[in-house]
Amino acid sequence: MESWREQPVVFWTFLLPGAFWLLGFFLAPLALIWLYSFGERAGPVDIVVTGTRENYLAALDPIYLGLFWKSFWIAALATATTLVIAFPVALAVSFAPARLKPLLLLLVILPFWTNLLIRTYAMIAVLRTRGYANFALEAIWDLVGAGSGLLGIALQAFEPLTLLYSNAAVVIGIVYVYLPFMVLPLYATLERMDRSYLEASLDLGAGHLRTFMSVVVPLARPGILSGVILVLVPALGTFLISDLLGGPDSQLIGNVIERQFKAANNWPLGAAMSFLLMYVTFAALALRAFLAERDV
Amino acid sequence: MSEPAGPLDYDRRLWLRAWLAATFVFLYAPIVILIAFSFNDSRRNIVWRGFTLDYYARAWNDTSLIEAFTNSIVIALLATAISTTIGALLALALWRFRFPGKAAVEGALALPIVIPEICMGVALMAFFSRIGWPTGLPWPLNLGAIVAGHVAFCFPFVAIVVRARMAGFDRALEEASKDLGAGEWQTLRYITLPYMRPGLVAGALLAMTLSLDDFVITFFTSGPDTLTFPVKVYSMVRFGATPTVNAASTVLILVTVLLTVIAVRLQRPERTIVEGPRA
Repeated sequence: MESWREQPVVFWTFLLPGAFWLLGFFLAPLALIWLYSFGERAGPVDIVVTGTRENYLAALDPIYLGLFWKSFWIAALATATTLVIAFPVALAVSFAPARLKPLLLLLVILPFWTNLLIRTYAMIAVLRTRGYANFALEAIWDLVGAGSGLLGIALQAFEPLTLLYSNAAVVIGIVYVYLPFMVLPLYATLERMDRSYLEASLDLGAGHLRTFMSVVVPLARPGILSGVILVLVPALGTFLISDLLGGPDSQLIGNVIERQFKAANNWPLGAAMSFLLMYVTFAALALRAFLAERDV
Repeated sequence: MSEPAGPLDYDRRLWLRAWLAATFVFLYAPIVILIAFSFNDSRRNIVWRGFTLDYYARAWNDTSLIEAFTNSIVIALLATAISTTIGALLALALWRFRFPGKAAVEGALALPIVIPEICMGVALMAFFSRIGWPTGLPWPLNLGAIVAGHVAFCFPFVAIVVRARMAGFDRALEEASKDLGAGEWQTLRYITLPYMRPGLVAGALLAMTLSLDDFVITFFTSGPDTLTFPVKVYSMVRFGATPTVNAASTVLILVTVLLTVIAVRLQRPERTIVEGPRA
């Protein structure tokens, strides 16, 4: 590596365009809403930065605090579900024959090449009362009913579940959209794992379950941490999934921020909430860095 | 396959295979159903009533939908071109030079990747409104705000991918090139760039995927006079799911997959090239 002084012209040519974009279209907008979060509305479009803390106090009102809490729980539940689904998938891919691996990985990533809105929209047809999840459940129910009918027990008629427009639908939507984010880091660590540890564990008499819990999971910790962060952060801030799949009580913090900036037109409050959400995100990242550090 | 499965042949365990298959069904069934029902001859896409291309014709004749679609593709292409260029340049700066404030640049570069999208979306929306970003410009300049936003969240990914690629580069090659009388530009053009190419293609591909996948940033940076595909489809979905939405989505999925296949093809011959200066 050389000092920038040796080739100043080359250095500035390389650095300036990116630095300009970062400053102009990322840091400046963030700085602006940071200022707005200490401001007051002075008309339909004007905001005066007065250094007030009112917006943060309003954002920490029990109603909004409850929303933060609820967003966190929905995101955490979705992340945990994603982890449970993704772990066996990552394990299966990492143990698959070498020639199949690229194909399997491609299949995991491929849905990601579809717009977020389209994927969320696709879930509507699956989850609604006359949707495919209910059709599948009804088919299973009928099959069970036919079986039990032979035994002389009559089942009641199938009642379709109300899946869409509920918190459950939001969790399912998040799992569906962000599953690839969990599989990939898990796969990356499992792929590098030294298999002789597994052999040793099995040789020494541990069963597969015990080997999995005491050897595989600890070894996969960096991947688990990365995957959890990659899913949790976007899940915390989601507003499209809760907007399209959620019910009246599925409003998450993302929906409230969106409303402050669009319909409710209270930008200072929305800005304060955005920054609180960002601080929560940074706290999660710091926790992850701390845990990763401890592993070394 | 006649051998009994060994203790570590997890890929041959039935439940694990079943799990993998079930996950793929979970991932693909919604999209397959969405595509299938774009051909369904029924207003309500619940029961199959026969094949039709009616909704494709309807989507084709919906001028605002076509406009939105074209805009989104143009946005993705412009954002990809700009992010790849400035991302690669920044990667080179970080890879090659020591300079004061380097850690700060690296930290700032990671920020767009980690902060929640909605925070970035509302920040850009407030920013463009505050600085009075001109509206009502002729096409394609009216897409400027959206492209600027897309570049802001795409180019850090390009920079990371390209920098990772450059980590394996032997700087002696550059020195040899300069010893042999090549200037800075010639060295970049004939030595550094050919080595960087797989990283560039991968970065560009990632940028395009991110741009086409994006809803949030586009939603917040679209002005009232710019139609984009996600925003248009969003309003259509809010008014009720119609097969026209399915048809339009199917076309977008196809275009994305096609662009990706082309990009992957472009990348392939690169592997055979000897890494180093050409004769």
